[in-house]
Amino acid sequence: MLASVRIAGLAAAQWQALAFEERLATGLFLPLALLPVAAQVLGGYLLVIGERAMILGIAALSLQFLIGVAGLISFGHAAFLGIGAYAAGILASHGYGTLALALPAAILSCALFALLTGSIAVRTRGVYFIMITLAFGQMAFFVATSLAPYGGDDGLTWPSRTLAFGTRVLKTETVFYYVALASLGGVYVLMGRLVGSRFGRVLRGLTDNERRMEAIGFAPYPYRLAAYVMAGATCGLAGFLLGNEVEFVSPAYMHWQRSGELILMVLLGGSGTRYGPIVGAIVYLLLEESLARFTEHWKVILGPLLVVLVLFGRGGIAGIVERWRLGELSLVTLWAASTTAARTQRERVMRGLRRAEAMGAGVLDRTIPRAKASAAAFAARWRQCTMSVGEAVVSLVLSVERSISTAIARWRRR
Amino acid sequence: MTKAVLRLNGIERSFAALKVTDCLSLDVLEGETHAIIGPNGAGKTTLIHQISGALAPDAGRIHFDGRDVTDLPMPARAHLGLARTFQKTHVLPSFTVLENVALAVQARAGSSFRFWRAAAAEAQLNAAAMAALATVGISQRAPIRAGALSHGEKRLLEVAIALAQAPKLLLLDEPMAGAGAQETHRLVETLGGLKGRYTIVLVEHDMQAVFALADRVSVLVEGRIIATGTPQAVRDDAAVRAAYLGDAA
Amino acid sequence: MPTSLILVQLFNGLQFGVLLFLVAAGLTLVFGVMDFINLAHGVQYMLGAYLAVAFYRLTGSFFAAAALALPASLLFGLVLEVVVLRRLYARDHLEQVLATFGVILFLNQGVKIVWGAAPLNMGLPELLSGSVPLIEGLRYPVYRFAIIGVGLAVAGGLYVFVNHTRLGMLVRAGASNAAMISALGVDIKRLFTIVFGFGAMLAGLAGIMVAPILSVEPGMGDQVLILAFVVIVIGGIGSIRGAFVAALLVGVIDTLGRSFLTDALRLVLPPSPARVIGPALASMAIYLLMAAILALRPAGLFPAKGRA
Repeated sequence: MLASVRIAGLAAAQWQALAFEERLATGLFLPLALLPVAAQVLGGYLLVIGERAMILGIAALSLQFLIGVAGLISFGHAAFLGIGAYAAGILASHGYGTLALALPAAILSCALFALLTGSIAVRTRGVYFIMITLAFGQMAFFVATSLAPYGGDDGLTWPSRTLAFGTRVLKTETVFYYVALASLGGVYVLMGRLVGSRFGRVLRGLTDNERRMEAIGFAPYPYRLAAYVMAGATCGLAGFLLGNEVEFVSPAYMHWQRSGELILMVLLGGSGTRYGPIVGAIVYLLLEESLARFTEHWKVILGPLLVVLVLFGRGGIAGIVERWRLGELSLVTLWAASTTAARTQRERVMRGLRRAEAMGAGVLDRTIPRAKASAAAFAARWRQCTMSVGEAVVSLVLSVERSISTAIARWRRR
Repeated sequence: MTKAVLRLNGIERSFAALKVTDCLSLDVLEGETHAIIGPNGAGKTTLIHQISGALAPDAGRIHFDGRDVTDLPMPARAHLGLARTFQKTHVLPSFTVLENVALAVQARAGSSFRFWRAAAAEAQLNAAAMAALATVGISQRAPIRAGALSHGEKRLLEVAIALAQAPKLLLLDEPMAGAGAQETHRLVETLGGLKGRYTIVLVEHDMQAVFALADRVSVLVEGRIIATGTPQAVRDDAAVRAAYLGDAA
Repeated sequence: MPTSLILVQLFNGLQFGVLLFLVAAGLTLVFGVMDFINLAHGVQYMLGAYLAVAFYRLTGSFFAAAALALPASLLFGLVLEVVVLRRLYARDHLEQVLATFGVILFLNQGVKIVWGAAPLNMGLPELLSGSVPLIEGLRYPVYRFAIIGVGLAVAGGLYVFVNHTRLGMLVRAGASNAAMISALGVDIKRLFTIVFGFGAMLAGLAGIMVAPILSVEPGMGDQVLILAFVVIVIGGIGSIRGAFVAALLVGVIDTLGRSFLTDALRLVLPPSPARVIGPALASMAIYLLMAAILALRPAGLFPAKGRA
C-alpha cells in the first residue's frame, strides 16, 4: 500500500517536472499506446482508425515542418504519400516486397522526387511556390493514372503487406499498429531535434528575416531545398505505412484535394507545435467519419466549416490550448467576448438600419420637392405649349374664316 | 602604403532611365573610418547595396580584400568578412538577442548542416555572442526577444551582429537614423570604441557624428564622388559647400 | 502522320489554349492586383457551364442560355466575393488557400446535390453546328472556330482595356502597388470587386462556351484550375500578355502531346514500353515545360514590372 502511494507520488512529481509540451505529448502518446487494449473491447475498427490517424499524423508532421519551420507552403505534399506507397507496392507486385527493399525504396524515391521538383520550386516564394507544388503534385497524379501495368486509374492491390525479416509479422494488426506508433514517435522526436539544431535554427531565421540571414552569410536555397527533401522523405515513410495498412495504392492518394486535407490537418491542429498536426489528423479523421455517417454529401458541410475555421480560428487547436494555458482563455472571457460580439453586431445592424432610413428619408426629402417642381414646370410648359398651339389654331381658323368671308364679299360685289 | 580593403572601380548603375551611380571609384584603406555623405537621392543606399552584394552594378568592378567580388552574392561576401547594418533595422524579431548574434557566429563556425545537437546549447557560439554584445553594451538584454527591444537597442544589436561576423569591413548604413539624442550619443561612443580596430565605412546624415568619427570623408552627389579627404578639408571644399553643406557651414 | 491530323490537333490545341486564357486572365488579375490566391476560380468555370445547361433547359436556345448565364455567373462571382472572399484579402496565403479550398468543396458538393452527380449534356447551337473545310478533304467544326474567335476577341478587348483605358490603368497600377493607389484616393474596395467580378465572368464565359462540347460534371473546374495556375506561373503573375502566350503554349503542347507523343515514341522505342511511357510522358509534358521555363526564368516569361 505504502509502496503504491510512493510510486504514485513519484509519478506525480515527475509529471510536474515535465514541461507543458512534454506533458501534452505524453497525454497524446499514452492513450495511443493503450488503444489496442481498448480495441479488444470496442472492436478492431478502432485500431484501423488509430493507424490511419497516426500515419496521417506523420505526413502532417512532415508538412508542418515545411510550413511552420521552413516557411514553405506546399500544396503537393500528398504526392509523397502516393510515391512512397507506389514504390513499395510496385516492388511487392514483382515479388520484392521485403522491408529491406521496400522501405528504403519508398523513402529514396520520395527524396529523389523532392530533390528534382524542389530544385525548381524552392527558388520561388509565396504564391508561386504554392502553385508550383500544386502542379508537380498533379503531375505525379497523372503519371500514376497512366501507369497501365500497375492499375492506372483503378490502383494497385498489394499481394500482401511488406515482409519483415522474411515473416508476415506485419500482418498482425496489433503489431502493425505498434510499428506505426513507433514510427510516429520516432518522427516526433526527430522533428523536435531538427527544429532546435543548427539547421533548424537557420531555417527559422530564414523565415523570420531572410535579408538579415543573407547578410550574415546564409544563402537560403541549400537549406530550404534540404528541408524540402527531408520533409518529402519523411512523408514517404508515411506513404509506405499507408500502402501497407490497406494493401492498396491508387492515384487518388496523390490528388491535390488530399494535399489540401493535409494542410487542413496542420492548420486545424495549429502550425506552431509538434502535437498540433497529430491532433489535427485525429480530429480531421473523426470529423470525416462522423460527418460521412450523417450524409453522403458531408463535404458540403466541411467546406463552410473550413471557411469558418480560417476566418475565426486563430492558431487552430494548439492555439486554443496555448491561449488557455496562458490564461487568456476562460469561460468568463469567452462569455464576455460573445456578449460583446453580439452587442457590437446588434449596434452595427441598428446603425445600418438608421443609415438606410436616413438615406431613404433624404432621398424622399430631395426627390419629392424635385418631382413636384419638375411636374409644375412640365405643367407650365404644357400649358404654354397648348396655349400657343391653341392660339395658333385659333389664329389659323380666324385667318381661314377671314379669307373665306373676304372671298364671299368679293364674289357678292361682282 | 596602407592596403585598400575595399576598392570600387568605375561602378555604374541605372534604374531604367535614371542613372543612380555614375562612374564611381573609391578606396577604403585598412583601419580607417571612412564616411560617405551626400544629399538625399545622391545614391547612397544604392551604393551600399552594390558593395554588400544586394544589387549588381551594371559596370565596374568591386575588389574586397584583394579579391574581385563583383559577381559574388551577399552570403559569399559575408563569408569573406564583409558585414553590414541596415538603414531600416533588420533583426530576427522572434529570436532572443543572444540567438541573433549567435547565428552570426554560427555562420562562420563550421557547417550548419547539423541536425541533432541543440544549437542553443553550444557554449562556444554563445560565448562569442556574449563578447560581441558586451562590446556594444547590451549584454543585459541577452535573453530578451529582439522584437521587444527599443529602436536604439535594435541599432546596437545590429552592430553587435556585424561584429560577431569577425569582419574585415564594417558597412554601416545610417546607424543614427531615427535615433534620439541619447541613443545617438551612445552609438557614437560605441562606434568610437571600434575605431582603429575595424575598417569602417559609415554612411551618415548626422554631421556631428561624421566629424566625430571619420578619418576621411567622401561626398556623394548625383551618383558621383565629388570630393574625398579629411573632414576639415571636405568642410572647406568649395564644390562640397555649393552642392551639399551650404555656404553657412 | 498525315498533316491533316496534325492541323486538326493544332486547332484543337488553340481552342483549348484560348479557353485556358479566359480562365487564367481573371486569375492572374486577381493575383496581381489583390495578391489573393483564389482556388475557387475553377468552380466559377464549372458554374458557368452548369448555368448554361440550366438556362438551355429553360429556354431551348443556346444563345438565350448564354445571354442569361453570363450575367448570372457575374452575379454569382460578386456574391461570393462580398460574402466570403473579401474577408480574406488581409490574410496570409495559407489561410486564403484553405478557405478557398473550403469553397470548392462546398460548391462541388452543392452542384452534385442540385443537379446530381451524372454528367450533363447540351446540344450545339444550330447556327454553329456545321463544319468548314480546312484543306483538301479535311473539315473542322464551326463551333470550335467560334470559340477560338471569341477568345481572341476577348484577348484583344482585354489588351485595349488594360492599356488604353483609365480603369485599365488603375488595374495595372494596382498590380504594381495596391497600397499606393489606395493612398492616392482610389476606392480600392470597389476596384477589387470590379476586378474580381470581371475575372469571374471570364471564367464563366469559358464554362458556357465549353458546355456543348464537354460533359458538364461536378469537379470539372479543378483540373482547369490547376492548368490555369501552370499558365500563370509560366506567363508571369499579374501579366495578361504572359497569360495569353502561356495559355496558347500550354494548350497546344498538351493537345499535341496527348495525340502524338506515343506514336512519336514508337519511332524510337519498341511498342510495349512506348505504350506505357507515352501517355505518362504526355501527361507530364506541360509540367516539364513549366519546370524548364522556371529553371531559366523563375518569375515567368513576362513578369509584371514593379512587383515586390
